[in-house]
Amino acid sequence: MSAAEETIQERTAALKGLGTSRKRVEDARFTQGKGNYVDDIKMPDMLFGDFVRSPYAHARVKSIDSSAAMAVPGVIAVLTAQDLEPLSLHWMPTLAGDKQMVLADGKVLFQGQEVAFVVAEDRYIAADAVDLVQVEYEELPVLVDPFKAELPDAPVLREDIADATEGAHGPRRHPNHIFTWEQGDKSATEAVLAEAPVVAEEMVYYHRTHPCPMETCGAVASMDKVNGKLTLWGTFQAPHVVRTVASLLSGIAEHNIRVVSPDIGGGFGNKVGVYPGYVCAIVASIVTGQPVKWIEDRMENLSATAFARDYWMKGKIAATDDGKILGLWCHTTADHGAFDACADPTKYPAGFMNICTGSYDIPMAYLAVDGIYTNKAPGGVAYRCSFRVTEAAYFIERMIEVLAIKLNMDAAELRAKNFIRKDQFPYHSALGWEYDSGDYHTAWNKALEAVNYTGLRAEQAQQVEDFKAGKTRKLMGIGLCHFTEIVGAGPVKNCDILGMGMFDSCEIRIHPTGSAIARLGTISQGQGHATTFAQILASEIGISADDITVEEGDTDTAPYGLGTYGSRSTPVAGAATAMAGRKIRAKAQMIAAYLLEVHDNDIEWEVDRFVVKGAPERFKTMKEVAFASYTQVIPGVEPGLEAVSYYDPPNMTYPFGAYICVMDIDVDTGESDIRQFYALDDCGTRINPMIIEGQVHGGLTEALAIALGQEIAYDELGNVKTGSLMDFFIPTSWETPNYQTDFTETPSPHHPIGAKGVGESPNVGGVPAFSNAINDAFRAFGLTHTHMPHDHWRIWKTANDLGLHS
Amino acid sequence: MSKTTIKLNVNGQSVEAQAEPRELLIHVLREQLQITGPHIGCETSHCGACTVDIDGKSIKSCTLFAIQAQGSEITTIEGLGNPDKLHVLQEKFKEHHGLQCGYCTPGMITRAHRLLEENPNPTEEDVRFGIAGNLCRCTGYQNIVKAVMAAADELNQPEAVA
Amino acid sequence: MIPGRFEYHQPETLPAAVALLSDLGEDARVIAGGHSLIPMMKLRLAMPEHLIDLRAIGTLRHITVADGQVRIGAMTTQAEIIDSGALQQSAPILRETSLQIADPQVRYAGTIGGNVANGDPGNDMPALMQCLDASFKLQGPSGEREVAAREFYEAAYFTARDDLEILTEILFPVSTAGYAYEKQKRKIGDYATAAAAVLLGKGADGNCNHAAIALTNLADTPIYCEEACAQLLQSGVNAASIQSAVQSAMGQIEPVDDNRGPAEFKKHAAAVILKRAIDIAWSRN
Repeated sequence: MSAAEETIQERTAALKGLGTSRKRVEDARFTQGKGNYVDDIKMPDMLFGDFVRSPYAHARVKSIDSSAAMAVPGVIAVLTAQDLEPLSLHWMPTLAGDKQMVLADGKVLFQGQEVAFVVAEDRYIAADAVDLVQVEYEELPVLVDPFKAELPDAPVLREDIADATEGAHGPRRHPNHIFTWEQGDKSATEAVLAEAPVVAEEMVYYHRTHPCPMETCGAVASMDKVNGKLTLWGTFQAPHVVRTVASLLSGIAEHNIRVVSPDIGGGFGNKVGVYPGYVCAIVASIVTGQPVKWIEDRMENLSATAFARDYWMKGKIAATDDGKILGLWCHTTADHGAFDACADPTKYPAGFMNICTGSYDIPMAYLAVDGIYTNKAPGGVAYRCSFRVTEAAYFIERMIEVLAIKLNMDAAELRAKNFIRKDQFPYHSALGWEYDSGDYHTAWNKALEAVNYTGLRAEQAQQVEDFKAGKTRKLMGIGLCHFTEIVGAGPVKNCDILGMGMFDSCEIRIHPTGSAIARLGTISQGQGHATTFAQILASEIGISADDITVEEGDTDTAPYGLGTYGSRSTPVAGAATAMAGRKIRAKAQMIAAYLLEVHDNDIEWEVDRFVVKGAPERFKTMKEVAFASYTQVIPGVEPGLEAVSYYDPPNMTYPFGAYICVMDIDVDTGESDIRQFYALDDCGTRINPMIIEGQVHGGLTEALAIALGQEIAYDELGNVKTGSLMDFFIPTSWETPNYQTDFTETPSPHHPIGAKGVGESPNVGGVPAFSNAINDAFRAFGLTHTHMPHDHWRIWKTANDLGLHS
Repeated sequence: MSKTTIKLNVNGQSVEAQAEPRELLIHVLREQLQITGPHIGCETSHCGACTVDIDGKSIKSCTLFAIQAQGSEITTIEGLGNPDKLHVLQEKFKEHHGLQCGYCTPGMITRAHRLLEENPNPTEEDVRFGIAGNLCRCTGYQNIVKAVMAAADELNQPEAVA
Repeated sequence: MIPGRFEYHQPETLPAAVALLSDLGEDARVIAGGHSLIPMMKLRLAMPEHLIDLRAIGTLRHITVADGQVRIGAMTTQAEIIDSGALQQSAPILRETSLQIADPQVRYAGTIGGNVANGDPGNDMPALMQCLDASFKLQGPSGEREVAAREFYEAAYFTARDDLEILTEILFPVSTAGYAYEKQKRKIGDYATAAAAVLLGKGADGNCNHAAIALTNLADTPIYCEEACAQLLQSGVNAASIQSAVQSAMGQIEPVDDNRGPAEFKKHAAAVILKRAIDIAWSRN
């Protein structure tokens, strides 16, 4: 069949563009064990670095004696802060405007902190030497409770900035206080609260947890002294930012640094930051002139690299007697650990926590966040979330439930009564955001119908009766959640990381025979960018996705971008891809018009070709145009077919969803069982439904983990209690249910293809759904709120406190 | 410390490595034998990323000294199929989107292979129980289970027996 | 997580292993499946100078049932126990328990001898062995002896086994009584929050003619609940006797606070689990 005989539908299908459940191109190598992760990199004469870490949460480092370690055959060097100081590398800037010790400089501030870096011929020798480095510590009082940070007897953690009354985010009122961030109108909100007929209050804690990707963090640094070039491979969710930081820190010109993110074994926010291991590997390679690999183990990963959450959110929500919300007030105490290393856009020290009005039309709101230092690991990354959106969504979705209890109202009805209506978009929230689009009522009603919500409530009521009658020891919980995310950071006017605007980029080259390569500033960690970005482009330029290579992660070849986290790849780099594709098409149109001997305006685009208006038999395919662009002289047009786009999004995107979780709880053992989980996501235009569904399954499972047991817990001495996968909960296939997925499609009005991003929605919406189910199970017995994680003993404790065991 | 010659049959090839007794099989495979499919995820035998098949058993190679595997037959993900003829499980993982970042995938498929060898007609519950020693952070397992079930179905088709 | 250096020994006979252990003394550790010891070595919480691997000693790997007695070689893996038809006939509680230990990969490697010998209170087999009234054969430089499982456990990681002895075989009478191994855990493969092994025999008259109850991970050793058993034997299995048996068993346990929860919770959960196990075991008669 010739190209002319194919129908438009056939030609569209052949592109495997938008809306196609295209199989992933990445999978060939991954299923055959041929992925290339950082620990797979092997170079001649490569050395291995390993850390001496602090056993104490707070201590002075009196001395470090590395003589015994240096005596081990095969040990090349032991670096300490003293060695890094002449290079000004013993401290490094954090993403949050603070600074962080690379190696302990006089004291240690959390258990697992990097104290010395041993460089040896292999990892076995390095580990032996680590054991032989003698560090003399003097223990100091430990601060683990952020609410005790400003008490008179609290130890001062950060002596380096003890006297600084001004931090990166404004005034500091105490040496252990980092910042206060305020949004909204405090006095007006408090006035609403004072006069409202109904006010519900609750302290909502979102516990400390950790992204814990299957692959830990690591890097290989290779300083080529002959050519003066440093190459750094590593687990970087933002390779270009790492390059810029590496240049600023090391003094090596940026063009002489090549940063490569190879395949990454999951990130979930853990691999956004710059870690001491990266810096030490670079220094060690510069010092030794040999490549140096650093790969952390799982315990190091859990105890020293970036944690997530740890927000104590005190809330007040005001409403009329019949449930119309009048105002929202929130004060958050944010435990940031020993250094403020939160990965947030510079102007947002609490990320986008001010999306905490959620899906609701709340006329007045106020938010304050106090950042506090404690003797815990630094971090505060967005674990499968866009900068504290998960905390915000959890907060509002708990507060709605708490309000429903206070009003003695059905929580689904309360939500529907307060949703921002479809006709209110674009909607300006009381805390300053412009929600681009949404249709919450449609999604909500679809969800309630899908699970037979009325029937579930009747069943639940019967179960409560049976329980009270002694017929069962199980309770049923119905967890509702309607979340609104804010992703796709972000507009350069208000979003930057270390000063770099949060645009993203795509560069496309069409080859003479009509295939193409696209390079982006983002980096996939499992999201399938090589598959989906080719689909965006296929629909834009009419070349089959199968004929488009997508490359990311090599700063020598990829255009500058801010990387992949916060569900920003599709909203920002995806937009850049579409825009670059449109530039290709614009040039191609001139070439096609020339080839067809008509004016530019006399042809129109149709799937994969330009067609002369009114003469459908006269056309030039993109493939033909591509060939011509390299082989013919086109007057007034440069040869070749390439384009680049740096896309600065005009706004964030606002994916949303309606989740309903049904759980059965054994009151006596505290065991919980997920009976049903329904997830409706609206991520705007759907690029690859198969991948979207996979993202939802994965995100929900991470939410399940967090809600039901996953935490980074410390004892009163600051010892990490959950430092291995024995205690840090990751559900297996056995604990994980099958999920029902569903969707509505409300395109973003400002995104070139209407897409909004989906990877993080299920974590943002999933956690409240699971937690609300547990809380809801006990509503009939007087429970208002119980904290996560809802592991067996805490559920048992809730039941016990309610007198259900007597 | 002196090194010992470790003789193994890996993916049908006789190979040798020199290793101290304390060297873990995963390190010898990855660093000496260039078998980088099996990965290191937890190092405490909880995650299964390092799973290989040794003499017909699924084994976590981070919790076995290479010297203990002396003389054994080892199959890793690299030995299950090849680019010209993928193993059915490899095909089905692709088809059903049973992987995302790919880090757990080699261990997962290697384990699923042994599971199906032992139980060619598993129920969904059998599959979920049988892969409970392999953690995945990306997929929520739903599509992994689907892929394994689909592979079982295909392997049970008479024409699949080559 | 890299282990320290050691010398590796792989004796091919039991006498050779015993002799090696005698020669090397406290610098040596015996390794079976390795799933307890190797992680400890990787954390450098165990740094033996010599490892004596029992894997080549074929005589330590067997399951035999004869004359009303079950004998299991110490190097028999959990997977072999699960797959054994003979065991399923003669002591089905063993399979039920083994399936709740760790995960498939660990069960291919983990041995029954390792599970019972190292004295980890979290291990499931010790309580089960007490329940079955098993005895452990120990081979040392001065010969062989047998120690009853109910006498074997002294404290966490402390047992009646002398450092120079190797646990070679497990023996117990065939047990076709109603059985249950119930285990509450945070997730599949975890150590028990609370677990109970129960065997209850029912006579032709409907009375309870055999009772054995032991608990896992609720003290620093497994707990054999003799008084609880006596109550069921005396009073028959009914709501009241179950309640008093459970109460009696709960009097014996001393759980500690840990990541699985506070002791108070574990006591409550243990009672629920034990009652559940008694109900199931009795129903399987």
